[in-house]
Amino acid sequence: MEQFSLLAPEILLFTGGLVIFLIDVFVRDRTDSGRGYATLALFTLGAAFIASLFQTYAFFELEVAQKPVAVLNMLEIDLFAALLKAPIMLVMILITMAGSTYMNKRTERRGEFWSFFVWVTMAMSAALSASNLIMLYVAIEFLSITSYLLAGFLRDNQRSAEAGLKYFLYGAVASAAMLYGMTFVYGATGTLDLKGIAAHIAANDLSVLAPALLPATMFVMVGLGFKATLAPFFQWAPDTYDGAPTPVTIYLSTASKAIGLAVTARVFVVSMNALLVDWVPVMAGLSILTMTMGNLMALRQQDVKRMLAYSSVAHAGYLLIGITAVAAGTESYMDGINGLLIYLIAYMFTNVGAFLVVMVLEERAGRTDIGAFEGLYRRAPALAVMLTVFLLSLAGIPATAGFWGKFFVFGAAVQRQYFWLAGAGVVNAGIAAWYYVNVVRVMYFGERETDAEPVSMPIGMGAVLVVCTLVVFWIGLYPDPLIEWATTASEQLLSVGS
Amino acid sequence: MANASQMALFATLFMPLVAGIWVLVFSRTDRAIRWSSILFSLVPLVLSAWLMLTYDRDAGELYGEISAPWIPMLNSNFRIAVDGLSLPLIFLTTLLSTLSLYYSARTIRTRVREYFVMFHLLELSMLGVFMALDYVLFYLFWEVSLVPMYLLIGIWGGQNRSYASIKFFIYTLVGSVAMLLAILLTYLATGTFDILMAAEAQPFMQLDDHNRLLLGSLAFWGFFLGFAFKVPSFPFHTWLPDAHTEAPTAGSVILAGVLLKLGAYGFLRIILPTFPEASQHWAWAVIAVGAVAIVYGAFVCVAQSDLKRLIAYSSVSHMGYVMLGIGAASLVLTQDGLNAVVGKFSDAVTAGQVYDSAVMALNGATLQMFNHGIITGALFLLVGIIYERAHTRDLSKFGGLSAKTPYFYGIMLVTAFASLGLPGLAGFWAEFFTFRGAFAIVPIWAAFGTIGIVMTAVYILWRIIQNVFLGEYDSDKLDHWTDVDGRHVDGPTDMVFFEKLTLWPLVIGMFVIGVYPTWLLSFFNTASVRLIMFVIGPS
Repeated sequence: MEQFSLLAPEILLFTGGLVIFLIDVFVRDRTDSGRGYATLALFTLGAAFIASLFQTYAFFELEVAQKPVAVLNMLEIDLFAALLKAPIMLVMILITMAGSTYMNKRTERRGEFWSFFVWVTMAMSAALSASNLIMLYVAIEFLSITSYLLAGFLRDNQRSAEAGLKYFLYGAVASAAMLYGMTFVYGATGTLDLKGIAAHIAANDLSVLAPALLPATMFVMVGLGFKATLAPFFQWAPDTYDGAPTPVTIYLSTASKAIGLAVTARVFVVSMNALLVDWVPVMAGLSILTMTMGNLMALRQQDVKRMLAYSSVAHAGYLLIGITAVAAGTESYMDGINGLLIYLIAYMFTNVGAFLVVMVLEERAGRTDIGAFEGLYRRAPALAVMLTVFLLSLAGIPATAGFWGKFFVFGAAVQRQYFWLAGAGVVNAGIAAWYYVNVVRVMYFGERETDAEPVSMPIGMGAVLVVCTLVVFWIGLYPDPLIEWATTASEQLLSVGS
Repeated sequence: MANASQMALFATLFMPLVAGIWVLVFSRTDRAIRWSSILFSLVPLVLSAWLMLTYDRDAGELYGEISAPWIPMLNSNFRIAVDGLSLPLIFLTTLLSTLSLYYSARTIRTRVREYFVMFHLLELSMLGVFMALDYVLFYLFWEVSLVPMYLLIGIWGGQNRSYASIKFFIYTLVGSVAMLLAILLTYLATGTFDILMAAEAQPFMQLDDHNRLLLGSLAFWGFFLGFAFKVPSFPFHTWLPDAHTEAPTAGSVILAGVLLKLGAYGFLRIILPTFPEASQHWAWAVIAVGAVAIVYGAFVCVAQSDLKRLIAYSSVSHMGYVMLGIGAASLVLTQDGLNAVVGKFSDAVTAGQVYDSAVMALNGATLQMFNHGIITGALFLLVGIIYERAHTRDLSKFGGLSAKTPYFYGIMLVTAFASLGLPGLAGFWAEFFTFRGAFAIVPIWAAFGTIGIVMTAVYILWRIIQNVFLGEYDSDKLDHWTDVDGRHVDGPTDMVFFEKLTLWPLVIGMFVIGVYPTWLLSFFNTASVRLIMFVIGPS
């Protein structure tokens, strides 16, 4: 029983999603406003958020739970998972609050949408904790399938349908490759448990296992890299992000990407630590490729939603630096994994905010190209100032959250003396700054007075944006608590791995 | 309990923030915005003057130090203080800010509230850089200064402002991120973000020769890029002419007067004390970029046809003096470097004499930072004054203005002569000390640099004084003149009261420093001596 209380967030989410689904099945009212479903989803997510907050609190403050707890030998409830679960659920709550009107207006199958939306959250929560490759595969697959459905949810909209289909076609190949890789791991080590794999590698001659494990890790990387939009598996992302309903885009580019990277970190740190030397060059190469390609593509975009899509690819590259430069037992609090956590949390809230501003314009102006932002400062000063804050945070300017993410992942790279990796980061930061600042330029410098009608926004949306702005500044100016949590979590994860 | 100097320093730093919030929230009319901005800016000006007057210049200790935990996890503190190096620069910042705000009150007519809010934010960040003694805090203020300056150029700038502002932002940002890596490297080597403690810990000293120089050089180049983009030293200067030319007048004043000094300040506060060995190893690079900048900048000035662009390039040239002085001093920061210099002169000089020259070079560099601030600040104001009337900066459109605008001519004459280093005016002492110091250490580079001094005389006398002011006034050259408020008039009108009031403090400063540099120099001298003593130990 005790073990099940640790699964409270997941159980709550599953039940809530089921309730919404069943109500929808039995009521089947296509004319319903959908507000009830969204509210129910909000309450479910809220309950799960509180449960995961409590879990986090228990881990950080209560002596009893300082060690990770294994549930059913399939899930590991540890600080690393707990620290990401609560922010991810908060992000989903913010998306629900801001995006319910948007979604309910565009589809008739509102009950389905909100039940899937809750289940997606459950899948992410489970994937964060998965400590067994089968569990991991199931969670990721659950996440993928619900995401395909959500991305293509607006069936009558060609671009949404294309988004869903493209995501599905790439995703199916990627998860097949991942599953194939997992069979290699099983064949070489005889177990699917992450710690068991590590133990087997430690007990045996690595040179015998390596021929099977190295391709295996590469195949697993394909699957996880697909979720995390790493190069060269990111081609689906811009089209899917662009075409999918914006609330779906927001969680795909934030929470779902975070899952991809967090799971990658867990798999590699916990089970493949011994192969560290072999996978560092590959990871570093992927990281540089991802950030460079993402940034160069983003540079050419005329559409801000697409630009943010490509920029989120680039951020996956920066985040991968944290995993590449992982280093256990350092004095300096820059072990790579805490950088990953800080970056992920900072990035999620920043990007949610940025996408939401785009969503407001999509609603009001009906378009998201750069021209729609012209003179935004005159039409909606608050919106423009908040978008500026988000863009500066994405560019990594101090006093915003994004700075601390870059600070810690670059710090980890410098710590390991991967100066070329850090140098690639510097060059990329310069490229990225150009297209972020370009949006700021358009918003403020525009002289044109045409379509100067003010942009209004619903109060719920405004509240969500203010929350995101406050989180960005809070992390930016007083990062100490987050650094402490992230470092404790990363130390715990690393102590398991080594 | 905080003592008076701590409170004064704290208030100096955060009064601009209060002013910014006040202007943003409480000021209703444009008039209220303008006057409250000016009045608020007087507070840090008075306080920084008071700090200068009460500072013990002989001891050269930290003054008004405040330290509070900020990010305990990283061992990073909110630590601010001033010393002989930063105090005059802080005064320069507050002085130029007040004058710029006063000048802007009359000349900025669009988006007044945003303009003044941005200006206060800019002042806050510049003061923060000069006060911060913690790398994270330093970097925070350093980067934050980019945003208001970017918007000042981009919103209130000239024709080509969009391009100029984004170029400014990207160039400086790339430099800063390189600096961030160097900061991280320093932190990982010393375990502290405290600037002074990191210098005392002398990072990488426990490593073997090869790695020590390698990592030290990496850190040096990281910081170098960050600071050189800001100074900007040749060949990183290309953003400067665009940014200076397109910025609104007050923006150019702050950009040239203070922002460029941030880079040079970084060399003196961080690079030289923390990485003496790497500084010595790469001193030739600093010397070379300095000397080349002096000459190159001066030659490019002669070729300009835009008056403001000419002044902008003169900044490249004049900041070259600063780099030359810093480079010359860093060449003798280690025992090997000192022996090499003494040996080069066949032991005709003693080590003590070389050190004196190094101190002199540093004094020249720091004095040049201050002087360049007031002189170029004044020059940009003067360009702004004529641009408000003529609406062109094309040198070929001007001529014979001395007869029409004698007051303007007089002020310009003093400022221009100060800029070319006429004895009796401020610029002379800085050049004198820089070259006196550099000659004793790197005579060939210094001799090369003097070409720049000659060319400075050429562009000042020929391009500015003769072209714009002397000769016959020809009304056909430019037929559209307005007065300062934009009303159409027949010909050039002379300076009005508010313009005179903006310029006079700077002109007085040029005379005072020119005649009696000792007081100001005593701040810098103590700092320079302490810097040299800190690195080589008491000798």
